[in-house]
Amino acid sequence: MSIRDRLSGNEAIAIAMKQINPDVLPAFPITPSTEIPQYFSQYVANGEVDTEFVTVESEHSAMSACIGSEAAGARTFTATSSAGLALMFEMLYVAASSRLPITLACVNRALTGPININADHSDSMGARDSGWIQIYSENNQEAYDNFIQAVKIAEHKDVMLPAMVCQDGFITSHAVENIELIEDAAVKTFVGDYSPEDYLLNEKDKLAVGPYDTVSFYLEHKRQQAEAMINAKRVALEVAAEYEAITGRKYGLFETYKLEDADTALVIINSTAGTAKDAIDALRNAGKKVGLLKIRLFRPFPKDEIAEALKHVKAIAVMDRAESFSAAGGPLFAEVRSAMYDCAEHPAIVNYIYGLGGRDVRTTDIESVYTDLDTIVESGNIGETYRYLGVRE
Amino acid sequence: MKNKAGTMITTNISWHDITPGGMVYGGGTAASFKTGDWRTMKPVFKADACTQCLLCAPVCPDSAIPVTDSKRLEFDYDHCKGCGICFKVCPFGAIDFVKEEK
Ligand code: SF4
Ligand code: SF4
Repeated sequence: MSIRDRLSGNEAIAIAMKQINPDVLPAFPITPSTEIPQYFSQYVANGEVDTEFVTVESEHSAMSACIGSEAAGARTFTATSSAGLALMFEMLYVAASSRLPITLACVNRALTGPININADHSDSMGARDSGWIQIYSENNQEAYDNFIQAVKIAEHKDVMLPAMVCQDGFITSHAVENIELIEDAAVKTFVGDYSPEDYLLNEKDKLAVGPYDTVSFYLEHKRQQAEAMINAKRVALEVAAEYEAITGRKYGLFETYKLEDADTALVIINSTAGTAKDAIDALRNAGKKVGLLKIRLFRPFPKDEIAEALKHVKAIAVMDRAESFSAAGGPLFAEVRSAMYDCAEHPAIVNYIYGLGGRDVRTTDIESVYTDLDTIVESGNIGETYRYLGVRE
Repeated sequence: MKNKAGTMITTNISWHDITPGGMVYGGGTAASFKTGDWRTMKPVFKADACTQCLLCAPVCPDSAIPVTDSKRLEFDYDHCKGCGICFKVCPFGAIDFVKEEK
């Protein structure tokens, strides 16, 4: 039996955390993720969870505490946004290389500067090479579902990597939507107990974690860590299949929307996919063959599957809600275009930087991108690939 | 140092067999890591001047002054890194501090 409710994206994450009942949750508040530890601290105060809630003086300390407790053998969660994630930067790498499956709720917010508290993906995109699994969510339901699945993917013995579950700050974190929750007991059964093979509190088998690594071994450790990320793709699909069996909700590496016969397509991350679906419905009614590929798993990046799904399209716009200041396009563009390189016939691919600092994206903005793609198809001329959407000229 | 399968971790080990994140199995493994060869200065124990006051042993950051039956013994040169703290601390001139000759 599922439970129908109306929740904000932040509350949905907090409830997923409560249902799992982690051992430790160190956190430091930062807009727009503050509500997650705030709700969770109420559950702790009310005795609804057994979690050790650790109040810390910074996000660097929050991630350090996560590393210590996860290495000890305790299932550990945290939440953050923007500058908070940036302050964790050093420790994110330690968590991943020490193979500690911490689960982090990242509520996407622009990185300073100028200072801004609204949604874009510059925070998590900045951490994309840290070795964390990254899963993105279009809406509150996906944020909830993805968080529960992420715990299981991260802790799988063939993975043992930390995972961050991302959603758009305010747009989904603070907007209340209808949601279907799983019953507490079913969530606990699905996720299971955390029983790592190696952990510091094991008095029988002594262990040291996070030693200095010399030049003779570092490369081998990195190759092994890379293998875990390669495995995460298969495990994510296995976990999604198990999740579908209990919820009926289907998840994959990405979602396609009316893509199968599309002539033009967008590649999008997070909430703007919802806006794009509305635009696609309107354009389809007008007879236009338009589609969408929405990224769910960004790390690992499912390059082969993405190429397969997009190879028949004539023109693609990759939408980046983050700058990379390469002066050549955003991070998603670089990866998608690289994935398409192995196709026998490359579709035309352009990039749009959009929605930075929470700039609203309307269906008319999305429609204008499809119009641009039509122009490329008709003229055969791609033009400048690095573009901005909705910027005042 | 070995992995779970009992294979010694040497510079020939493949990435498949190395321990995840460099985890070190077993306790007290620092003893097998000979840090003494980093030394450029070396403490020398002059047993005849020593009163066995034992001020030196607890301040050694490398536990390189073994103590048995309330008596300090010769330096453990496998692990002494030659910092000179024991030499500074000894009130009886029972420790010399000289250039390491290799
Ligand atoms: S020189 Fe330093 S490391 Fe060596 S025995 Fe003295 S205190 Fe210990
Ligand atoms: S401090 Fe000097 S006198 Fe005292 S035990 Fe050490 S070497 Fe001997």
